[in-house]
Amino acid sequence: MTVHEFKPDLAPPTSARGVVGWLKYNLFNGPVNSIFTLLLIYLVIPPLLSAFQWIFIDADFIGDSRDACTSDGACWVFISSRFEQLIYGFYPSEERWRVNIVFVSFALIIAGLIWPKTPQKTKLAIFSLVIYPIIVFYLLIGDSFGLAKVDTHQWGGLMLTLTLAVVGIVAALPFGILLALGRRSDMPIIRSFSTIYIEFWRAVPLITVLFMASVMLPLFVGSEVDFDKLMRALIGIIMFQSAYMAEVIRGGLQAIPKGQYEAGEALGLNYWQSTGLIILPQALKITIPSIVNTFIALFKDTSLVLIIGLFDLLAIGQSALADPAWLGFSTEMYVFVAFVFWVFCFGMSRYSVYLENKLHTGH
Amino acid sequence: MTNSAASETKPEVVIELKQMNKWYGDFHVLKELNLTVTKGEKIVVCGPSGSGKSTMIRCINRLEEHQAGQIIVSGTELTEDLKAINEVRSHVGMCFQHFNLFPHLTVLQNCCLAPIWVKKIPQAEAEKIAMKFLERVKIPEQADKYPGQLSGGQQQRVAIARSLCMNPEIMLFDEPTSALDPEMVREVLDVMVELAEEGMTMICVTHEMGFAKQVADRVIFMDRGEIIEENVPTEFFDNPQSDRTKLFLSQILNH
Ligand SMILES: Nc1ncnc2c1ncn2[C@@H]1O[C@H](COP(=O)(O)OP(=O)(O)OP(=O)(O)O)[C@@H](O)[C@H]1O
Ligand SMILES: [Mg+2]
Repeated sequence: MTVHEFKPDLAPPTSARGVVGWLKYNLFNGPVNSIFTLLLIYLVIPPLLSAFQWIFIDADFIGDSRDACTSDGACWVFISSRFEQLIYGFYPSEERWRVNIVFVSFALIIAGLIWPKTPQKTKLAIFSLVIYPIIVFYLLIGDSFGLAKVDTHQWGGLMLTLTLAVVGIVAALPFGILLALGRRSDMPIIRSFSTIYIEFWRAVPLITVLFMASVMLPLFVGSEVDFDKLMRALIGIIMFQSAYMAEVIRGGLQAIPKGQYEAGEALGLNYWQSTGLIILPQALKITIPSIVNTFIALFKDTSLVLIIGLFDLLAIGQSALADPAWLGFSTEMYVFVAFVFWVFCFGMSRYSVYLENKLHTGH
Repeated sequence: MTNSAASETKPEVVIELKQMNKWYGDFHVLKELNLTVTKGEKIVVCGPSGSGKSTMIRCINRLEEHQAGQIIVSGTELTEDLKAINEVRSHVGMCFQHFNLFPHLTVLQNCCLAPIWVKKIPQAEAEKIAMKFLERVKIPEQADKYPGQLSGGQQQRVAIARSLCMNPEIMLFDEPTSALDPEMVREVLDVMVELAEEGMTMICVTHEMGFAKQVADRVIFMDRGEIIEENVPTEFFDNPQSDRTKLFLSQILNH
């Protein structure tokens, strides 16, 4: 009998193909691949070049009136002359530092939550969900701590868009989770309530919801309560968004095998423990792409608040187009607004990809 | 194996099924089951597919609910009462055919979850207990891996360790090796044999007849929701009483 000699473990071979090798392998590997590569280059490059020329090379950046727009390209002077309004809406100029504090602190919190090595992340998360909103509320509204009152009808532009989107996103997720669990509950009352709620709100367009929130909510709660218009819009958005979120999360819940519930039960975990520790973490993980997809949709849908007289980023941009001094520069405005929306939505999308990879724990 | 203790005092009964019946809708899946298991006894349950073996042991920790008769585990009768159910579950551990590990948690976290949340044991202590049991199933070095990175046999051993961390008196096994590749069956059975030798009360649904001969005090044969035959392994295999048992044994032994 011979004793088998096992081979030693070696490091995997490094693939050193270089740029040319990569190009050849990925773009020009065979005639069909080469034709597609050339066709795409032909279709994509010229428009990109002319867009680049319009945006950067032929564009005007400096000046303060339309007289500065002398070249053929974009005239970004229009945007810069309207910039403050696009960001703060009608928030009084001498109070805008308050909004800036919120912008900066919000950016820091997001960065802190995203950065993997932040110490005490749970505490930061609890702070940002519980205490931070209260601080922001008093800071932006004022009327206490010696701050002047700024009514929400003076809010607008990007700050309003972000308020609507962030509050909508943060509030809709927990409500959505509860509704999704409710729809799968064994208790008939809870199940029917959740089902009816979801089916009702999902079946009406957001515009209608906003309109109802603005016109009908006062009828329900009585006219003596003077409901803030922004608050009404937020309630409408949250109601609508939670129904969508619930269905997305329910899809995730359905994908969790029955054995996971049984293992939890067999170990003696109760319903909320099993749900919170075993089922939801897995269900949310597999639904990250769809959850972020709904977030992105909501972010863009916030511009519908225009119809109830709130001026979000897009609405401020559109109202600027009516300025007789700046007629004919709508392209610049729309490109700018689109770009701002794109930056936020693209950011969310990248973060979702990152999260998916981070949470991947083998097949 | 059992008679030494039995001769002195009456052995403590830990599981008792009395005239137990269960239906799935109109389908009468378990019929008039009677079974008494004493402390430290090892029972192997076998029978053809669909005979109700899984359903029976799942009734013992109330993953399924029975409709008539009684189930008494460690002195607690299983009823609608959630307290009773939790009481019973705290005495009973279970391993499943498909392991049912929590894929989003590491091996160590899988083992610590229930001790921390159900028994309220501090995390550091729970981890110590978990490592002790992971050593007993011989995979302490996998503690920080995720279940998806382990082989089937390793996963099933983690599942056993996870149950043991709750310090159960009784262990239920539902075909723990039938989803495994043949070369991994042995490592899981070894762990189970060791557990049996330490005196754990076990009910094990399995078709591993070698295991049954080695550790079982009694083998139970079920068919169509009834217990057809119940005997010590030597008698059961060498001298089966009913035709159904004979047929079944000839089928699996000639396999
Ligand atoms: N949730 C259920 N609803 C309805 N019928 C069920 C359900 N679960 C099991 N059954 C039926 O009950 C019977 C017994 O099932 P059980 O799973 O207990 O069989 P088993 O003896 O464990 O079989 P196997 O060896 O295939 O695991 C089968 O006929 C099965 O089809
Ligand atoms: Mg079964």
